[in-house]
Parts: sequence; structure tokens; C-alpha cells
Amino acid sequence: MFEAHNLACVRGGRSVFSGISFSLEPGDVLSLQGPNGSGKSTLIRVLAGFLTPVLGEIRWDDIDIRSSLPEHRARLHYVGHLDGIKSLLSVKENLAFTCALNGAANGALDRALEVFDLEGLIDTPGRFLSSGQRRRLSLARLVAGERPIWLLDEPGVGLDAASRQRLEQAIVEHRQAGGITVVATHGDVAVKQAAVLELSG
Amino acid sequence: MRAFTAILGRDLRLSLRSGVDSAQPLIFFVIALTLFPLGVGPSPEILQRIGVGVIWVLALLAVMLSLDRLFQADAEDGTLEQLALADLPLELIVLAKCLAHWLLSGLILVIASPLLALLLHQSTETAGVLAFALLLGTPVLTLIGSVGAALLIGARRGGVLIALLVLPLYIPILIFGVSAVEAEVMGLGGSAQLLILGAILLAALALAPFAAAAALRLSIE
Repeated sequence: MFEAHNLACVRGGRSVFSGISFSLEPGDVLSLQGPNGSGKSTLIRVLAGFLTPVLGEIRWDDIDIRSSLPEHRARLHYVGHLDGIKSLLSVKENLAFTCALNGAANGALDRALEVFDLEGLIDTPGRFLSSGQRRRLSLARLVAGERPIWLLDEPGVGLDAASRQRLEQAIVEHRQAGGITVVATHGDVAVKQAAVLELSG
Repeated sequence: MRAFTAILGRDLRLSLRSGVDSAQPLIFFVIALTLFPLGVGPSPEILQRIGVGVIWVLALLAVMLSLDRLFQADAEDGTLEQLALADLPLELIVLAKCLAHWLLSGLILVIASPLLALLLHQSTETAGVLAFALLLGTPVLTLIGSVGAALLIGARRGGVLIALLVLPLYIPILIFGVSAVEAEVMGLGGSAQLLILGAILLAALALAPFAAAAALRLSIE
């Protein structure tokens, strides 16, 4: 169970959000919505343990993540605005590196290539990828190594309709396997039966 | 272990693929060194006297100039966030990156140093001790430098700042590195200085990864 209780965050002397609480069971999807600047990205970074909230706590199976930060980070995937793709490495090398970092099982690499339709690009260096292809490659990390929490910050940006469907399908499979997804979106990624958290800013 | 070798292999591959980037420390080292005979005159006595010191100072500068690529690129493209989520503690990630950096800067300087020592009219014996002292000293330069590089992620004009931050910490290496070679050449035996260099290396290996990892965690915030 992944819970947040009364979270508040201050950045640069300004309150970004406060009083955020939610509780997610395995298989749940939480969709964060709100205008630009309402704190969706910040909340996701707080949930990833990159930022410390000024108030409140985040718990995984009733253990505060602050007391188990390394374990918490090893149980989540984070896809943010920066894609972490090396322009000098091919698609396959980029993804193989992620697999090694995540301690992924054999076969995870091929599955990740398949899920996000990257098989035709395996030898293409990162610098020749279009923005949509880069986005697919960074999303493919989600499948390269199984982790129970997915934190997605506007994952639909730059994706065509077919790729968005692939992402939605991947989220469905993740929740069927008992995974938790938190996704910040402007409505371009539709997930059925998702809890919605509205951030007003 | 798999993640460690993956980071090491990736960093080496990235450096080698970027072509002249990976040869930058060596090119700087050689070119700056060849300026000295032109600047102070080619007389063997002068070159013999200043040679060891010149090589050490240039080694410090060559390593320092290549530090900016240690973490900066990873921080800019988001790889750092992925590294923070890896199955490996950030301290070991720092160590893997330092090892890759040293192999392509310090170790290359160690290999090139005997030849360059001869160029500055040093005896073959001096060249041997110098290479050994550099072998002990250059990993420390990378390790201490990694703390500075991690602290200065995102700082514009990082190059000047890193010199301010890191060069003062390099001074003990310079002092013991030069005096080890000189004591050996004068027949006094430089083993005490070499042992101190070795001790500094062990201390840096034990401490620098923690300091650099702490700085990296701050930079992700």
C-alpha cells in the first residue's frame, strides 16, 4: 500500500501544494490533474523521494519512506521531463544500461523494445531519434525491470495516438500485475477507473 | 556488480565515442609541457631541476580540466535521476564513474609520463619513480575532484569555481608527489612520501564517494 498523508511542499519560499493525502492499493492508478504550475511535477518528485516535503509523510506498507529511502527508490520507476538518453549510444545500448541499473531479468530488454515498438530502431543512435521516439525510449524503461511503483510526469507529451495506446496498455498490464501508477496528465493519457487528484495550485 | 560494470562500461564507451574529448587531458598535458622548454630555455640543467614539478602541476591541471564532464552531462540529460533510482548505492555509482574517469585521464598520464620526463632531461630512474608516484596520486585527484564536480553541478562558469574549490585540496598530493621523486633521486629514499601518498589514496577512496554522493543527492532536489 502506497500512502501519502497531508503532504505540503515549499519551493523557493512559495507553497506549491499542501494537504495532499491519498491511499493507493496494488493495482490502483492515480491521475494528477491541474493547470501548469499547480505542482504535479513537484508532487511526483516528492513521491520519488527526490524532494523532501516540509509537512506530511509518505508510507509504503506502513513504513515511512524517509527511513527507507534507498529501498523506496529501488521500488519505483520515474519518467520525467528529462529523458536521460545518451545521444552517442544506440537505442539498444541505452536500454541495456537501464536494464543493468535496474537489475532486470533476462528478456526484459526485448520485451521493453517490443512494448514500445522500438525494434526497428535498436541500432539508431540517440541523437537521431525524434522527440516522440525519445519519449518512447524513456517510457520503455518502465518495462525494463519490474518495479511496483510507476511515477509518470506527463508521459503523453510528443506521443502519437498509437504510442499513447501502447502506453495505456502498458499501464493496464502493470495494474493487472498489482502495480501502482501515479500519472500527471493533461488528459492525453486516458486510464479507466483511475482515482483523480485535482491540484489547484 | 552488474550495475557497477554497466556504469563503468557506459562511461568509457561514451568518452571513447566522443573522440577528441577523451584524449583532452593527454593533449593538454603534452602541449603544455612542450611549452616549458620554449619558455624557460632548453638548457638541460634548468629542465632537469624543474621537470618533476612541472609534470606534477600539469597532471593536476589536466585532471582538473576534465572533471566537468564527470557528472555535468548526466545531470543535464536526466541520467542522474535514473542513477539515483538504480539498484546500486549512489556511493558505488560515484566510484564507478571515478574509475572510468581515472582510466581515461590519470592512467593515461601515468603511461605517458616516462616519455615526457625524458623530454625534460630527467634520468630513467626519475621517470620510473615519477610514474609510480603519479599512479598513487592521480586517482586521488579524480576522487577529490568528484566532490567538487558534484557540488558544482548546474553552476555556470563551473570551470573557474572548480579550480578554486579543488586545487587547494590538491596541494598535499603535489607536495608529497614531488618530494617523493626528489628524495628518491637524491638517494634519500622516497618510500615515506610514497606511503603517505598511498595513505591519502586510501582515505580518499573511503571518504570521497560519500561526500560526492551527498552532493549529488542535493543536486537532484
